[in-house]
Amino acid sequence: MKSLVCLKQVPDTETQIKVKPDGTGIVTDGIKYVINPYDEFSVEEALRLKEKFKAGEVVILTVGPDRCTEAIRTALAMGADRGIHVNDESLNDADPYSIAQVLAAAASQEGYDLIFCGHRAIDDDFGEVGAMLAELLQLPQVTLVTKLEIADDTQSAVVERDVEGGKEVIEVPLPCVLTSQKGLNEPRYASLPGIMKAKKKKIDKKTAADLGITSERKLAPTEYTMPPERKAGKKYEDMEPAEAAKIVVEALRSEAKVI
Amino acid sequence: MSGNLDYFGESHRIFRQSVARFVEREIKPYVDEWEEAGEFPRDLYQKAADVGFLGIGYPENLGGTEADLFHEVVLTEELTRSGSGGLAAGLMSLGIALPPILALGTEEQKERFIRPVLRGEKIASLGITEPGGGSDVASVRTRAVRDGDSYIVNGSKTMITSGCRADQVTLAVRTGEAGHRGISLLVVDTNSPGFTVSKKLRKMGWWASDTAELALQDVRVPVENRLGQEGSAFYGIMRNFQKERLYLTVMANTTAQMALEESLKYARLREAFGKPLTGFQVTRHKLVDMATMIEVSREFAYRMAAKIQAGENKVKEISMAKIFSADICDRVCHMAVQIHGGYGYMREYLVERLYRDSRILSIGGGTSEIMKEIISKIIL
Repeated sequence: MKSLVCLKQVPDTETQIKVKPDGTGIVTDGIKYVINPYDEFSVEEALRLKEKFKAGEVVILTVGPDRCTEAIRTALAMGADRGIHVNDESLNDADPYSIAQVLAAAASQEGYDLIFCGHRAIDDDFGEVGAMLAELLQLPQVTLVTKLEIADDTQSAVVERDVEGGKEVIEVPLPCVLTSQKGLNEPRYASLPGIMKAKKKKIDKKTAADLGITSERKLAPTEYTMPPERKAGKKYEDMEPAEAAKIVVEALRSEAKVI
Repeated sequence: MSGNLDYFGESHRIFRQSVARFVEREIKPYVDEWEEAGEFPRDLYQKAADVGFLGIGYPENLGGTEADLFHEVVLTEELTRSGSGGLAAGLMSLGIALPPILALGTEEQKERFIRPVLRGEKIASLGITEPGGGSDVASVRTRAVRDGDSYIVNGSKTMITSGCRADQVTLAVRTGEAGHRGISLLVVDTNSPGFTVSKKLRKMGWWASDTAELALQDVRVPVENRLGQEGSAFYGIMRNFQKERLYLTVMANTTAQMALEESLKYARLREAFGKPLTGFQVTRHKLVDMATMIEVSREFAYRMAAKIQAGENKVKEISMAKIFSADICDRVCHMAVQIHGGYGYMREYLVERLYRDSRILSIGGGTSEIMKEIISKIIL
């Protein structure tokens, strides 16, 4: 079972994001980066498959600047075998379509039984790359996967996915693209021996040219803005509870317009 | 920091994230309960072993992972960040129990006494302190008398970290003449007849670690459990002090850092006389004093760790670091409680525990007074 795990490095969920004064992006100074949590589920699932079938490979595929090696190395420390890092100036701040193009080109060079993506990245929240990648490679795809069973002959998989109010069970032939959702598994910790071993694992560096790609971006951001700051609340003091309730209800209806 | 000024590289950052996550998931949700209970579940050793934390710095052929000293710094910092110094001390009591075995033991002994501990299957303690003396290692009175292929051991030990649950104790015993040349180390199986935990000690701080008083009455210990030659214990015990002092220094700096962080959070939120505490110059300056002391103490400790890592003998400096950082930690925790006022005296507030946990740091692993004696012998 050879799995390609598409992995994105994103700002830590606890980061306080600030928009640059000129609105062209976010301030990246001092940001702590982590593996996109949904991609971590993918890494874990791919590792479990390799362990279950006692054969195969887990390859990490990442597009991004220099700092992304740390995210790849973390996945290698969890147990992945090697990494492919597409690092190209032209792909910084790329849109989902360009990323999908790059991943498709890299995947085609590499070969695979399964391709995992996170169902979305927690930074820009597009949730498009997995689907686009499947289309570009003309592969079946199952999104929002919460359970995965690969058939013993490794020709197909039975997959559970989240749907509104319940679960959907789908059988899909391999190779295919799966996008991981919370609940798929509990990712392991990178162990200390794993971290030390990861130092020696290979990360192939590639440029867009190595993949024969020129970025065809479909989207370009015009401006980033912060959500409006919450206004201070209003206090109704020094009155009887019954009277206060009346005034508050009135305010909720006519001023806040929430009831 | 950047370039060669940076003590922490990629593997340290990945390791830090891994330990921090372990602490967040496996320890923090339960730590208050364990503090009150006076111990943590035994399976935490197993969990920590599974991710290789227990084996840090030990040879691979014994199931450990060789890693530079700054990985150990990271581990100590992040475990201390659980908010329970006792948990860090209890979980890592192998850090004082195993080094003498590594230094003096035969390959067979290392296999027998180190591997199961690194696997999290056995708990190891170091037994030196006695009711009659602690830092004065040379005055050990617990006696081991040779009888054929065994020693018959009689005596008592006290303030033994992880001693209530230990499976094996690296025990300092007197096999010969008075003074340090008459002391040997035996690894004692705590299931041996005559070995009892006479008391679980109640402490000011470090509640989550169990601390024992041990009684040994005619305990038979095979000669093959003796580390090195008779009378060689002193070397084995003293050898590890440099690292133990570094761990305690790192704990002190991290405890102080947490007290500062809690104080910053509280001072921003808490209002008095119509403005937040940070609106008062006296509080702002107190916070600056705390931050300054910690910064200086931490940078010195890192520098000394780097020198020890490079193979230099830094007994003098690391002893200074221990005195300095423990003192800073006491002062910072005192200020932190002061900033919190009445709430700082309440169990619900972390600073209350940090204040209590701080006090051991200028006592354990050699008191500040003993540190000063050591330093004075070097500089005089």
